[in-house]
This record gives sequence, C-alpha cells and structure tokens, in this order.
Amino acid sequence: MNQPAAALHLLLDPATWSGPAGLGARVLEHLQYSLLAVLLAACVALPIGFAVGHFRRGRNLVVAASGTVRALPTLGLLTLVALFTGLGLLAPMVALVVLAVPSVLAGAYSGVESVDENVVDAARAQGMSRWQVLVTVQIPLGLPLILGGIRLASLQVVGTAILAAYVGAGGLGAPLFLGLRTYDYPLLLAASAVVIVLALVLDLAFGTAQRLLRRLPGLRGGT
Amino acid sequence: MSVDWILENRAHLLTLTVSHLGLSLPAIAAVLVLSVPVAVLANRLRPLRGVIVSGTGLLYAVPSLPLFIVLPVLLGTGVRDAVNVVVALVLFGMALMVRSVADALDSVPAEVRLAATAQGHSAWGRFWTVDLPLAGPALLAGLRVVSVSTISLVTVSAVLGVQSLGSLFTDGFQRGIIPSIVSGVVITAALALAADLFLMALGRALMPWQRTGRGSAS
Repeated sequence: MNQPAAALHLLLDPATWSGPAGLGARVLEHLQYSLLAVLLAACVALPIGFAVGHFRRGRNLVVAASGTVRALPTLGLLTLVALFTGLGLLAPMVALVVLAVPSVLAGAYSGVESVDENVVDAARAQGMSRWQVLVTVQIPLGLPLILGGIRLASLQVVGTAILAAYVGAGGLGAPLFLGLRTYDYPLLLAASAVVIVLALVLDLAFGTAQRLLRRLPGLRGGT
Repeated sequence: MSVDWILENRAHLLTLTVSHLGLSLPAIAAVLVLSVPVAVLANRLRPLRGVIVSGTGLLYAVPSLPLFIVLPVLLGTGVRDAVNVVVALVLFGMALMVRSVADALDSVPAEVRLAATAQGHSAWGRFWTVDLPLAGPALLAGLRVVSVSTISLVTVSAVLGVQSLGSLFTDGFQRGIIPSIVSGVVITAALALAADLFLMALGRALMPWQRTGRGSAS
C-alpha cells in the first residue's frame, strides 16, 4: 500500500480517533491551545489597537513594533522560552500569543481607522462621548477588518500550535512528531492532513462570518 | 560565555546562514517572477479572476509545517529534501503576492492605459513601461512582506531536519545551549531586516518618482 493510501486508511480507522492519545483528543487539545492563545492575544492587542485607531496616534510606533515582533522566528522564541520554563504549555503559549498579537493589532487599528471621519464627526456632533463613539460607531463599523485580523491570527496560531508538541505539550503536533521520529510516514501524513483540514475549515468559517457581517444594515458596501 | 560560544561556532553559523539564504532567496525570487504572470493572467481572464486570486489566497491558510510534509507526496521527493521547503515557501509567497499584484495592475486607471495606447504603445510595451511601473509600489510592498515572512518561515523546516538557521533552535533546545538559540533569532531577524532594507533601496533606485512625496505616484 502506498503512503497516501495508508494515511487515508489510518484516518478512516475509528481506533485512530479514540482514546486519550487518539486524533480526536489531539484535535480538541489543538483547538483549546489555539483558542486560548488567540483570546490572550486579543486581550492584549484589541485595546491597544482600538486606542491607536481612535486617537490616530502612535500608529508608526505600533507598525514598527509589530514589524520587529513579526520578524522573530516562532520556533526560536518557543525553544528559548522552553529552556527557561521547562517542558509544557507555558512556552508554546508565549510563542503563540507573540505570533498572534501583530495580526490582531493591525486589524484592530485599521478597522477603527477605516470608519469615515465624517461619520465620527457626526456622532460627536450628536453629543456622543469619545467612548460612545468608539464602542457604538467605530468598533461596529470596523468589525469586518477587526475580524479579518483575528482571522489571520487564528490561522497562524492553528498552523503553528503544532510546535507545542516539540517542547512536550500535546495537540496535533504530538502524532506528527511521533510519526517523524519513528519514520511512520502514514501517521505523519495523516496528522498533517488533519491540521490542514482544520485550518481550511476555520478559514471558511471566518470567511462566512465576515460575509454575514457585511450584510448587516449599516455595514453594507463597507470594506 | 555566549560570546565564546559564538566565536567557537562562527564557521558553523556562517554555513547555516548560507544554507538559510540558499532556501529563502530562490523562493523570494521565484515568487516575484511567478506572481506577475499569474496576476496578469487573472486580470485577463476575468471570469477566472476570483478563482485564481482566492485560490492562491487559500494556500495561505495552509499551515507551513504540514505543507512541508505533504508536498513530498505530490512532488515525489523525500521529507528532508530542501526542494519541498523551497516549493512550499514559493506557494506561501504567491498566496500573498498574487492578490496584491493583481489588484495593483487592476488599479491602473483606464484613461492612463488609453492614453498610452493612443501614444502608440503596443500592449506588450505598455505593460512594461506603464502598467508595471505604476503597480510598482504595491508590488514592492507585497514583496517586502513576502521576504520577511519567508526568511522567518524557513526556520520551521529545521524540525524536519532541513539545515537552516532554524537548526540553531533545534540543536540549542536539545542540548540546552541558550547562545545557540539567541544567535539563531538574532541572525534570522538581521537577515530579514537586511532583505527589507535592500528591497527598499531597490525600490528607491527603480522608482525615483516615489521620493517626491507620499501618494504622488497614484
């Protein structure tokens, strides 16, 4: 049997998916890691991005800082942190959050900035406070771009969360690295295929959410 | 301690830097050479534009490490073969580039094109002397993103055993050598920065009209 067929056979076998080390549990772990990393990144990046977009200040600083952070190789950061924290989830979480922050940040400030200045002025003229303008005008109108940033970050995180297993955590990297170490190419291929499908499904879900958002009254014809 | 390690291993660092560039530079060049014709094709074949642009964009959603692993099946190469890495990097780069090049070429105003045609430009001549220079800034911006992300992505292939600056991370982690990882991070970031500065300088040299001020080219 050739390797792709063997991998498919493996994927169709229910035994592959069950149990604490089965692919089902690994997919769940993988999604948990990814969700946690994106949530943490959003907690850091959204407030900063909203502030930068709202006050239209500090954009250059944020762009420069994001550029520097983006240039950091994730594997390097991961292994470096892991040497200090030991094996486990802490190092991958640091690396994944650092990976996700620039994308969420870029989406947040460009989303808030993208709102027509006349609309913002009109809202102010109606007596809205700065806070109300941000929360009830700029964030809702900028939502497609804000979600776009979260989408990009989520895709990067789901793809990179594989590396968590390199420093002893779980997720879909665990069967992948097991396959790599034991020259079990069908297992390696099967785990890779699952990650790719997971990423594509996620991208599709975000794409649908963004399309639905654009259909909302007030967002029609926006970016 | 760390300075000693770097000095002792400088030959090794140089070798890894060279193999890192050997993987990333051909990939970046191929992205530039391949995305322009694909973008032109996408713009020419209107009904297929959406399929080509979003199809290549979808590639970006595919995670890098699994792609490094799945490609050998399609290409008939070994998992630890450098060719997979280069091909995967080209695919990622194109995922970013095709859309921006297609949009940039598409945004050349119709009046400008008509004027060029009226001045006697052939379609071929107009493309090289009018369309491409006008799309230049967007093309450069796309290429800068591609070069930084490619140089950083190469390191991931080290977990498969492909030699690059990423090997400093895997070796350093397995043997507990902090200077190895730190020098890997620093050299990778420095290469990315150098490539970015080079592309910026190239842009200034090839598109001198950009220097006069923001947005004057559009």
